[in-house]
Amino acid sequence: MSWETVIGLEVHVQLATNSKLFSGSATAFGAEPNTQASIYDLALPGTLPVMNEEVLRMAVSFGLAVDAEIGKRSVFDRKNYFYPDLPKGYQITQLEFPTVGRGSLKIQLENGSEKTIGITRAHIEEDAGKSLHEDFQGMSGIDLNRAGTPLLEIVSDPDLRNAKEAVAYLKKLHSIILYLGISDGNMSQGSMRCDANVSVRKKGATEFGTRTEIKNVNSFKFVEKAINYEVQRQIELIEDGGRVVQETRLYDSDKDETRSMRSKEVANDYRYFPEPDLLPVIIDDEYIAAVRATLPELPAARCARFVSGYALSAYDADVLTSDRAMADYFEAVVTLCGDAKLSANWVTVDLLGLLNKSDLSISESPIKPEQLGTMIARIKDNTISGKLAKTVFEALADGETNVDQIIESRGLKQVTDSGAIEKLVDDVIAANPDQVAQYRAGKDAVFGFFVGQAMKISKGKANPAQLNELLRNKLKAD
Amino acid sequence: MLSKTVAELAGALTRKEVSARELTQAYLDRIHQLNPALNAYVTITAEQALAQADAADARRAQGNAGPLTGIPIAHKDIFCTRGVLTACGSHMLHNFIAPYDACVVERLEQAGAIMLGKTNMDEFAMGSSNETSWFGPVRNPWDQARVPGGSSGGSAAAVAASLCAMATGTDTGGSIRQPASFCGLTGLKPTYGRVSRWGMIAFASSLDQAGPLTHSAEDAALMMNAIAGTDLRDSTCLELPFEDFTAQLNQPLSGLRIGLPREHFTKDLNPAVQAILQEAIRQLELLGATFKEVTLPNNYLSVPAYYVIAPAEASANLSRFDGVRFGYRCANPANLDDLYKRSRGEGFGDEVKRRIMVGTYALSAGYYDAYYIKAQKIRRLIKQDFDLAFNEVDLILGPTSPHTAFKLGEKVSDPVTMYLEDIYTIAVNLAGLPGMSLPAGMLNGLPIGMQLVGPSLSESRLLNVAHQFQKNTDWHTQRPEV
Repeated sequence: MSWETVIGLEVHVQLATNSKLFSGSATAFGAEPNTQASIYDLALPGTLPVMNEEVLRMAVSFGLAVDAEIGKRSVFDRKNYFYPDLPKGYQITQLEFPTVGRGSLKIQLENGSEKTIGITRAHIEEDAGKSLHEDFQGMSGIDLNRAGTPLLEIVSDPDLRNAKEAVAYLKKLHSIILYLGISDGNMSQGSMRCDANVSVRKKGATEFGTRTEIKNVNSFKFVEKAINYEVQRQIELIEDGGRVVQETRLYDSDKDETRSMRSKEVANDYRYFPEPDLLPVIIDDEYIAAVRATLPELPAARCARFVSGYALSAYDADVLTSDRAMADYFEAVVTLCGDAKLSANWVTVDLLGLLNKSDLSISESPIKPEQLGTMIARIKDNTISGKLAKTVFEALADGETNVDQIIESRGLKQVTDSGAIEKLVDDVIAANPDQVAQYRAGKDAVFGFFVGQAMKISKGKANPAQLNELLRNKLKAD
Repeated sequence: MLSKTVAELAGALTRKEVSARELTQAYLDRIHQLNPALNAYVTITAEQALAQADAADARRAQGNAGPLTGIPIAHKDIFCTRGVLTACGSHMLHNFIAPYDACVVERLEQAGAIMLGKTNMDEFAMGSSNETSWFGPVRNPWDQARVPGGSSGGSAAAVAASLCAMATGTDTGGSIRQPASFCGLTGLKPTYGRVSRWGMIAFASSLDQAGPLTHSAEDAALMMNAIAGTDLRDSTCLELPFEDFTAQLNQPLSGLRIGLPREHFTKDLNPAVQAILQEAIRQLELLGATFKEVTLPNNYLSVPAYYVIAPAEASANLSRFDGVRFGYRCANPANLDDLYKRSRGEGFGDEVKRRIMVGTYALSAGYYDAYYIKAQKIRRLIKQDFDLAFNEVDLILGPTSPHTAFKLGEKVSDPVTMYLEDIYTIAVNLAGLPGMSLPAGMLNGLPIGMQLVGPSLSESRLLNVAHQFQKNTDWHTQRPEV
């Protein structure tokens, strides 16, 4: 039996405003409990919400980045439910008229092709506080620092067909959000949280299967694992003659499994209705144009420019532009050394390797773009060989800062004096008559042996191009 | 002295016939004497009032007093007051002391008014007789066997009994105008958005509006000058330039066109009330107004539409009273559900629970379209009726209430009869329009009011008509013997 997986994602992005959605409280992460909660956040009677306009700008900029329809009139609604970390007893959200309507974004599949994923909508809403269940002797503590923090909930169409696509979509969203600067996108701190709606159906079926919702998965890796687990669970359940129950499930990363949280069949009735304390938000074309004018170059456009402008492969361009800071780093290096291809290799292979090994982000890189750019420039101007550049790179990674000093102090400068190289070649030929005979008898592979010998004697400093040329000439001539 | 209007007291203060401190002390003495019987005040802030009075006297001595500087006022206990209990007529908030002042309180304090205390009210402003208060009913100063009306019953009784010179009220479906009618006062519900709702405990956010309860239209205008105006803390508060509501008071009424809604003058209206209204109409005709019949065909739907919309909003507005952060919390909750159920079950009274349940039902899946959406459509039709009428007339005149104050206990057990108390006033809230009630006559020793309704932002015109009427009649000068 062949199964098809259907996945839709709901992604909550915490917007990086200085103050909350409807109050002036600060939104910094990690403050002492309840030190960032105003009388409005505590829902003291008589207090009223006042919309933070920066949130609107951020939501509209996201909408424009995913080619979405922008709601000219968005309306806030109350979603009613009781929970101690929801002080008002309702969450202010947007139900029928969200600020961001239908849009889409493209993801790259593993086979290199592109796929367009529909975005159903993105709406503005306020976050809840946190319930703390430890350290209170059988009671719960409530921290309202997060209550009222602005969220953008981005809902995808059920267009994703496997966990890898889901992760590719998430990474693309993450990248756009960081480019726009509307969130720090930090998944472990909850700045970006993902709920996955997962169902399976027989290949070729047109109806969707019953879906489950996996809540709050907090890393790309766990999203992939949670979906894979859930897909397998559903398939096995159906194949064993059972049926999937529509419910919310929680992913336990320690056990790598999902388990039932609550059944949607007995779900809350949220009794949505328009929020009477807020007027509808009306925006015009002029406002939208003004936000559009402030948009940075987005990953897709930058990737295309890297391919056309720097002649990079689509793969390299995609790797470099997925992260705004990485793309900025790369462009700084290119500006210094003038060689895009070489820069791309050093950044995507050596630098990324180094960062991955020590689990650092590009902004935490021990090697600054000026240093890498200077180093590549020294390769270009034949001061050092590409091979010895690795030594420079390692010295930079270990905290040395001046490229030219590293070359100087370690004597890494290439020998480009043709007289010196000629002597070297003569010495190698003289010392290895057997191999010379083999070569002249037509065994071309021996050529590498001469190069190796010459490099060994020169400690790798002979200019490889000059060395090759002289070697060939001399071996032929004699 | 205590039965004077605000305008008269301001004159006396200016002429130094009395000091703010003497005036305040005199009111406090009278409160001390009469409040135990009337139960108009639930909190008396004597010490704070005397300190404010001294400050007012100092301010007057410095020569920067306004007309309200030194005038003693009572605030409905729905307005939050910094450091002073704000219970909203409910056991739920019996211990709630806000760390902030409502915008209305703040502005009146800035104008120099002296807060004598907080007045009794129907619990969370839900009621038309002041009998749903956790603090017990208020008695009507004109007849203590009768109710003062509601929900601003304490404020109305306090002004009528001269326990303060003026008072604040709030009006969601008639809660300023009906008590004004029952107690012989002038009460104004401003256009929705005229007065900031910030710091005023919400009942039905799209309908609630604060306003004055006073002896005269001139006093109401003086209070409006202090409380009306933009407040960025309330997103529904209109951004308007300052308006002097006293400026138009003395405009002649010649050319004024007043509409009489056919639907209000039917056989259902008490004939004696009808006769009083006819006399008021005759008086206004003498002053130059002309009358014509208008129609408000959807008015009969206003009570049912209101009792969907108001409870729906209230059901959400009152969710914050959950025993978690402030207010009443049940003893020894076993778990979270128990905490919610008993805190709310024990903290709220029957009428509040009834409306929370009605509102929750109206918003529930499967009923939302049939109730909430339909009620919103009716609301638009009601607004449209008024718009059409105001194409033909400047104002509308009619009864405020079908009758004079009724007896305590007479209607409290029958919610539908109680809800019909507001049949003439509710449509005005649904349409967001300004409306006022002013004394139009007496019936068996009890006052009865008439209602004036105008188009959006026509408060100055309403006050002008009321003032001209009051210059030529003396119903508003009558005081009960308490």
